[in-house]
Amino acid sequence: MTAEFAIDVRDLHKRYGDRKVVDGLTLAVPAGEICGFLGANGSGKTTTIRMLCGLIKPDGGGGTCLGLDIVRSAPLIRRQIGYMTQRFSFYDDLTVFENLDFVGAVYELVNRHQAVRAIIERMGLADRSDQLAGQLSGGWKQRLALAACVLHEPKLLLLDEPTAGVDAKARREFWDLIHDMAGEGITVLVSTHYMDEAERCGRIVYLSDGKIVVQGSPDAVARGSGLVTYEATGADLDIAARKLRLMAGVEAAAVFGSALRIAGMDRAALDRAIASPDGGGALAWHEAVPQLEDVFIHLLSQPAKGAS
Amino acid sequence: MNGFSFRRFLAVLRKEWIQVRRDLFTLQMIIALPVLQLFLFGYAINSDPKHLPTGLLSADHSKYERTLVAAMQNTGYYDIRSLASEAEAERGLADGELLFVVNIPPNFDRSVDRGEQPTILMDADATDPSTIGNAAAALASLTGTLDRDLPQAVQSRPANLPFLFELHARYNPEQLTVLNIVPGLICIVLTISTLFVTTLSITRETERGTMENLLAMPVRPIEVMLAKVVPYIAIGYAQVILIIAIAAAVFGLPVRGSILLLTLALGLFIASNLALGLTFSTIARNQMQAIQMAQFTLLPSFLLSGFMFPFKGMPVWAQWAGELFPVTHALRIVRGVLLKGNGLAEIAPELWPIIAFTLVIAAIATWCYRETLD
Ligand SMILES: Nc1ncnc2c1ncn2[C@@H]1O[C@H](COP(=O)(O)OP(=O)(O)OP(=O)(O)O)[C@@H](O)[C@H]1O
Ligand SMILES: [Mg+2]
Repeated sequence: MTAEFAIDVRDLHKRYGDRKVVDGLTLAVPAGEICGFLGANGSGKTTTIRMLCGLIKPDGGGGTCLGLDIVRSAPLIRRQIGYMTQRFSFYDDLTVFENLDFVGAVYELVNRHQAVRAIIERMGLADRSDQLAGQLSGGWKQRLALAACVLHEPKLLLLDEPTAGVDAKARREFWDLIHDMAGEGITVLVSTHYMDEAERCGRIVYLSDGKIVVQGSPDAVARGSGLVTYEATGADLDIAARKLRLMAGVEAAAVFGSALRIAGMDRAALDRAIASPDGGGALAWHEAVPQLEDVFIHLLSQPAKGAS
Repeated sequence: MNGFSFRRFLAVLRKEWIQVRRDLFTLQMIIALPVLQLFLFGYAINSDPKHLPTGLLSADHSKYERTLVAAMQNTGYYDIRSLASEAEAERGLADGELLFVVNIPPNFDRSVDRGEQPTILMDADATDPSTIGNAAAALASLTGTLDRDLPQAVQSRPANLPFLFELHARYNPEQLTVLNIVPGLICIVLTISTLFVTTLSITRETERGTMENLLAMPVRPIEVMLAKVVPYIAIGYAQVILIIAIAAAVFGLPVRGSILLLTLALGLFIASNLALGLTFSTIARNQMQAIQMAQFTLLPSFLLSGFMFPFKGMPVWAQWAGELFPVTHALRIVRGVLLKGNGLAEIAPELWPIIAFTLVIAAIATWCYRETLD
């Protein structure tokens, strides 16, 4: 069965007690795409991913993963996806090799030992293959987990914050790997809190209180936000930033190295703020292109639409 | 294609076995604990159970006999009923339905009147010496019972009693407490290593988050659960063999029945524990809850099964509660097979309650069983 969309779900709902954790989520991810999943803590990313691989049953709605129904065919879906949990969930008292060997055996791989050795090479885990997983540092644990979830050559990867706590170089390698795999035709849904990672996705989906607020390519999201940003250089930027934050229309003001950057939705108010002697009057300003990060800070500080 | 897969089961089993081997502390405890208990437990049990079931075998129901039986009843220790034959007496003792059989010799009245000092033989089930100890001691006070009815010449004097009691301690002639301890210890240790450890090892996966990973892989929960219990079944049997071997070598424990029969019957007991363990692990959200639930089972195993306190000495409601627990029946089976040489026919009445319990609990486990994280 070939499907145009690797993920195609409609109107997913999940409630814990009185709280709607996922609230009418509709998502279609074309095969071969890298889809970034963003949103504040508790916005429902993990819950959505768990519903996609059949680990929890949606209260309402449904759809398909790889053309298979997420409720009725969950066991079939599981053979073809790789799910990397947010929390490290391999066995601390098994070595790297034993953990991977176990995963290979559970998927009933034919050339198991060969596949395990190959993935150990590919992930650079060779030096650590006899080390107990519990003794690995956080970043190496994440690599082991990624190795384990690609071992059986899945068609769809669901990665829940795979790079949390991983150093910059390892993160870069991680993403190179994700792009390699996408190049091989694998679809990837990856949740993250890092902007540089969001920028490497073909499409980003932003969740707030269980609803999708924006989605599209990183460029389109940044441009379509309607956000106005100004940048300034000069002296005493930190003091200016603190004053500006208190002014009407300024949603965010932050210093990046030698530049001060402010953002807001209301252009007139922003213009007044930078002209005011109490605000940014002493600095030289120019308008800047809104970055993804500006958009997300803006979204994160919005009260959720429709929420009480 | 989504049925039980033996290869996936083996994969999980191999993983479990590595983990069991790496957990040296638990392994050492599992070996050391029963051995320590075996040596330490021995002497603590003391109690005074009454109303013990007693059978009466008598050729001619005579006048003296009636007086004597009434006096025995009055001590409070004996509940006496008449038996038809020796065979019935033997069966009663072997099944544990009777703890004593009183054999009144033929022509008892005439022998007493003639001063022949006849002997009343008391057969006693001594597998649990603490149960029959006080009852047997009370017999000594009964030798004067007949005095009022006796001719002057044969009335009881210290040197010349009208009749004698002879206690015949069956199954455990030396009345060694350790012979009672061993069967109990086998049952308790099996409960700990199967029920406790399995419940814990499954909830540990839930608590550490590895269950989420397992569930997201093609492995089925039933494969996980089975693979988790198999190593502990092996360990449980190893413990049983260790206990029996030490008890036989050091304390002279007799092995009168078939070890094969014992092994199979204990397999049933293990199955009941595993069913319970699976149920607990589907309910418990963390290891603390799991421990509490398992402990809730372990306490009655000690207290109501007849291990700590003689079963017949417990109040009736406690006996009923005790009958519900597989451990009570397992205890009788182990005592019966090891000490009395019971065969399948004799232990069958104890097997059914265990089977019933296992089926009910397994049904509950299936009911509570989750393939998802909900
Ligand atoms: N099993 C559960 N029972 C009750 N509430 C839950 C459960 N799982 C999640 N929640 C709630 O659902 C909400 C969404 O949780 P979820 O883990 O999906 O968020 P997330 O977007 O992954 O957050 P994070 O970025 O922190 O990982 C949270 O408020 C959480 O408290
Ligand atoms: Mg999450």
